[in-house]
Order: sequence, then structure tokens, then C-alpha cells
Amino acid sequence: MALLPYVVAIPLGAAFLILLVGRRFKASSGVIAVSAVFCVTTLSLRIASMVATGKILCFKMGNWQPPFGIPLVADGLSALMLVIASVVGLLVTIYSVGYIRVYTDRWKYYALMMLMIAGINGVLLTGDIFNLFVCLEIASIATYALVAYGLEDESLEASFKYAVMSSVGSCFILLGIAFLYSFTSTLNMADMASTLVSHRTDKVVYFVSALFMMGFGLKAALVPFHAWLPYAHSASPSPVSAMLSGVSIKVLGIYAIARIFYNVIGITPAVQSVIITFAVLSMITGAVLAFGQKDIKRVFAYSSISQIGFIALGLGISTPLGLTGAIFYLLNHSLFKSLLFLGAGSMERITGTRDLSKMRNVIESSPLTGYATLIGALSISGIPPFGGFWGKLLIIFSCLQAGRPVLAIVAVGVSALTIAYYFKALVPALFGNDAAFRVAGIGGKRITFAMAAPMAVLAVLTAVAGLILLPGTANTLLKGSVAVLSSGIGYAESIFGAIR
Amino acid sequence: MNEARDKGMTLIVKTVTRLTLGFILLYGIYIAMSGHESPGGGFAGGVIIALSLVHVMLAFGKEVALKRLHSYTVRIFVSLAALTFLYIAVVSFDGGCVPVKSFFGSIKPCEIFNNELTIPFCEMVLVGGVLYAIFIALVLLSKTDKDSE
Amino acid sequence: MTVYIMCLALFSVGLYCVLRKRNLIKIIIGIGIMEYAANLFFVLVGYRAQGRAPIYAHDQVIEKMVDPLPQAVVLTSIVIALAVTLLLVTIAMRIYEKYGTFDITKIDKLKG
Repeated sequence: MALLPYVVAIPLGAAFLILLVGRRFKASSGVIAVSAVFCVTTLSLRIASMVATGKILCFKMGNWQPPFGIPLVADGLSALMLVIASVVGLLVTIYSVGYIRVYTDRWKYYALMMLMIAGINGVLLTGDIFNLFVCLEIASIATYALVAYGLEDESLEASFKYAVMSSVGSCFILLGIAFLYSFTSTLNMADMASTLVSHRTDKVVYFVSALFMMGFGLKAALVPFHAWLPYAHSASPSPVSAMLSGVSIKVLGIYAIARIFYNVIGITPAVQSVIITFAVLSMITGAVLAFGQKDIKRVFAYSSISQIGFIALGLGISTPLGLTGAIFYLLNHSLFKSLLFLGAGSMERITGTRDLSKMRNVIESSPLTGYATLIGALSISGIPPFGGFWGKLLIIFSCLQAGRPVLAIVAVGVSALTIAYYFKALVPALFGNDAAFRVAGIGGKRITFAMAAPMAVLAVLTAVAGLILLPGTANTLLKGSVAVLSSGIGYAESIFGAIR
Repeated sequence: MNEARDKGMTLIVKTVTRLTLGFILLYGIYIAMSGHESPGGGFAGGVIIALSLVHVMLAFGKEVALKRLHSYTVRIFVSLAALTFLYIAVVSFDGGCVPVKSFFGSIKPCEIFNNELTIPFCEMVLVGGVLYAIFIALVLLSKTDKDSE
Repeated sequence: MTVYIMCLALFSVGLYCVLRKRNLIKIIIGIGIMEYAANLFFVLVGYRAQGRAPIYAHDQVIEKMVDPLPQAVVLTSIVIALAVTLLLVTIAMRIYEKYGTFDITKIDKLKG
């Protein structure tokens, strides 16, 4: 199955190619970037269609037999998240073609974006825990440089603080990998799972769980490790924020936590209660802090923290209904959070400011931007029939089904808060008509086709995302990913079966 | 000629640099090539080569060093080495030896790489180039350079 | 056993440095100490009693070698740490140009 490594190799090759020719031929860097991500999206759809029939795709790097070599594994969860990451990556890259025309040195942006996509695909497809760490670091380092891309004061400060906090998290992950290697003497995740089955209550496993919870929790922006997220989002260019919040914190954080705690270490009630605690803290903190913000991107950043809390709540209640709700809401949140950030970037171009008290007349200037952002906000607030409603409903029902009504009440309360701060933030900006805030010389003409098309596509996808729950290919993929997570340690046997 | 004399460091440092530059480069290549028999390998070789280039820049000042080895050349080397590395990796996906029909008859890509020299060479150029490029970037960035006065 | 505990103590020293120091450069040094301690721990995990360097030359037997896997892993990890350090130093230099200070409590334009 030589499809799998090309998903990582094509963006890497594109990054090096842009490095070579991007400075001389200025228009080529965007073309190379978009075509590379388009190839990756096609490949990932093909991989997903093959996995949806129930197979597990496995590719041994360099033909080394595991557990001595590094396998690339695409099972249900990896394939579904690969499709989401690729589609969002493609739309964000097309949007960047229009958005970063005003910056200099554009080839650097495209090269870094390609590296980030290569790293994210590597994290999703790998079956070896140290390869996970290396690809995580590739994606993270590309993100540090992308956040500092504009080279303004705020961008540099935000990038430094983000880089320091994220490096500390990576050191914790590395220490955890060292302990786990010394305990199981292997780095292959399936092999580790089968070795750890009999040792689940040893103290080393508790210590390693704590280290991984700290490290990956920092990448996922769970409270109390969330401090970097508002800085990094408000000071970076809009497509970078969309990529960070829509793909990066889910893949590098939630996917890694799910993979390691469900499939390698094995989920125990202690781990469940820790994840649920972090999730509830995240939901409440994000929602409460989003009220007082004046910058539109900070509102969206705190909202990200809150919604990641929802997803982690579904992960912590590990019933199949909870897992379905978590993964379905993760899919939806990628779509509408990137739509919201792209919309925020477009609104900034239209009105010339990010300050909510000065932002008006958006729908009047550019109906596409206004209505797309409105669809995103309706979906994230949980208004039926958009997808966000069904996701939150599934998570709340799973809390009730698991016999924890307090969590369900908290989730409902946070949903109400979400509706409140989104309407407080967006209704004056979108619908308010105030000639005093009209700035001469800018307006709806600032939105080019490259910026408008991805927003339209994402709006359509958000509106129909609820249909994934109906029986069909997408539903099969969703059920497959839930089955992977709920089989827990059974992951090891299925991987070994697929390799031979 | 007089300005070239005044920039950089003292005459002793410049003479020593001129004499030992070739030895340092050769030593770096040696360490890169003998990586499979003793500690070393491509990364360590690349670091030593970058150190020799940094040595030149420190001793002679940045204008002379950049005139000899332009930063654009460094970037081309680095990109080509990275692309060759990626090509070797992609070629090894299918077991490495898919025959390719070319003008000279059919050759196998893995035969070209079936020696112990290619990968360390790529690593060496890559690492050396990257470290030197970053040093150039930092030097061009700092304003407290004696040459600019 | 004491070697491992000292590695973890070094890690804690690095963590203290990142948390409590106010100068940007000292924070970067703290991160360097943390990554160094994690790599050192990983290499020490692979030690076997009376082992020697794990290089497979033509006439050697494979017994009595230290574990080669942590060495390969740590090579990669050192390169990653190098990349992060380079990026942080470049950003710190640019911050000094823009803000005029290295004190992190004064670099505070993003509020909320």
C-alpha cells in the first residue's frame, strides 16, 4: 500500500521545492502549495474510501518488519481525521493565496505551511510513538514560525510565549516516551499495547500517564494548559489561526491523547476522571472568559478552548455514544471553527479593524462573508439543523446515559453561554448598520475570489455536516473510528493481523 | 586591499584561518564518510563543515565571506540536498529497486544509492548549509557589527 | 539509580529556570537544560553493564553492546531541540529590536 507515505512525502517535497524556486519565481510558490495540498486531499479521500470497507491499511517503511521498523497505519480514526485535516488544509491554503498578498516573502509562508501539513499527516498516520513525537515537533516548529510571520510586535511576543510553553510540553512528552521505552523496550505502539496489558496498574504507567496528560494537554489547549492559545490566535494571520484551531490542536492534542490513552495505555477510571475534570474546567473557563473580549479573534480563541472541552468530555465518558459524539463534534468543529477564523480575517479586511466595538456593516459590504460567518456561528452555538447541534446533543445524551447528570447540566449551561457570547460579539458586527464606522477606501471589494470561495465551500459543508449521521459512507467511517477507540487494547491485535 | 585588512579580526587569526581552513573541511568530510565504523555520521560532519564556514566569517568579516560563498548558493545547495534526501526516501518505498528505462539501458535507482557515501553526503551538505544559513541570518540581523562602522 | 534521579533533578532545574526567570535568554537556556536532561535520560536508559559502543564493524560480535535504539532516537531529538533553540533565539533578537528590553514582564502588549 504505497499510498500512505506519499501523504507525508508530497508536502515535504513541495516545501523543499518552494525553498528552491520560490524566491526567484514569485507566483510559483502559491501554485506549488495548492497543487501539493490538492494531491494530498485526493490521496486521503482514496485512503478513506479503502478504509471504510473495513480494512486497515499498513505500510512498512523500508520493508522493515515491525516491531523493528516504523509502520504507517491507517485505521478508521486516522483515515477520518486525515480527510478532515486535508480538506481544511486545502481550503485554508486557497484562502491564503488571497489573504497574504499584502505580506512580503510569501514563499516562506507557503514553505512553512507545507511543513506543517506534512507534520500533521505524519502524526495521523504513524504507528510508532517516537515518529509521532518527531512529526509533532515538525508541525509545532512550523507553527511557531508561522505565528511570528507578520513580524509585528504582537506577533513576535505571541510566538515567543507560544514557543516556550509548547517546548515545555514537548519535553514532558519526550520524558514520558523515555520512561515508556525503558518499561516496555519497544517504540512500536501496537507492541507497546500488547506488553502493557498485564502491567496497567504499575506506578510507572501512572507517572507516564501524568506526563503525557501534561504534554499533550498543552498541545490540545486544555485548561490549565491553555494560556498560549489566545496569544497565538489573535496575533497570527487568519489562515494560520484557522489551521491552528481547526486542525492542529485537534490532531496534535486530542488525536494523540485518544490514540495513546485508548489504544496504548488503556483507559482506566482514573484516566477518565482526569480527562473529565480537565474537560469541564475547559468548557467553563473558555465560555466565561470569552465574554469580556474586545478582539474578535480572542473571542474565537476562547471559544475554541470551550469546544475542545466538549470534545474531551465526550472522550472522557468512554461509552460508544460518547465517543461518537466526540468524534462527530470534532469533525464539525474543524469545519466551522476554520470557517469562523477565515471569516474573521475577511471581516478584518473589510472593516480595517479587529476591535468589536468598531466593527459594523459587514453584511452590507460583503454578503458572502457575513452570511458564511453567520452559518458558522449558528452551527457552533448548537442551533438545529446545523451539525453542531447534533454533536452537542450526542455528548449530552451520553453524559445522561453514563449516569452523570451533573455533567449534562454543565454541558447545557455552557451551550447556553456559547449562544450568548456569539450573539453579543457578532450581531452588532454583522447586522449593525452605522455609517459612522464606515472607513473610506476599503469595503467589500477587498475580498478576492481566492478568499471568498473557501468560505463558501466551508459554509456549505457546515450546513450539511449534520447529514453525516445518516447511513452512508461517511457514517461507516464514523462508526469505524469509534470502533477503533472502543476496542482499546484490541488495536494491537488488529495491527499485527494487518501487517502479516 | 586596505579596507579588507582593517575588517575582521587580527592578522594572526586571519593567517591561521587561511592555513587551517582546508584541514577543517577535510576533517568534516572524513567524519561524515566514516560514520558507519566509528562515531560520526552525516550530522556531525555537517556541523564541522558549518563551523569552518563560520570560522571564515568570524575571522574575515561578513562582506568577504559572503562574496566568496553567496547566501543564494548556500540556499540552492541546501534545497537540492533536501530534495535528494526526499528522493532517496521515496525511491525506497517500493523496496528500492524498481528498474527505470533510460537512455543507457535500464538502471535501478537503488544501485546509485547502493554505497555508503550518498546519504552521509546529503546529510552533510544539508546540515552544514542550514547551520551556516542560520548564522548568516543572525549576523545580518544584528546591528552591533564592527564592519558597519 | 542515582544517575536517573540526577537526570530528573536536572530536568526540574530547567523547569524552574523557565518558570521563574525574567530574562528571555535565561528562559531559552532553561528550555535547553530541560531538553538536554530528557535526552540524557533517554541515552542512560539504554546502558547495559560492561557494554561498548554499538557499532557493527566486520569482525565484531553483537554481544555486550549498549542499546543502539536510544542513541538513534536521541540524535533525532537533539536536532529537534537545536531547531527550536535557533528559532527562539532569532525571535528573541527581533523582540529586542522592537521592544528594547529582554525583560519578559515588560513585553506585555497583548492583554486579556
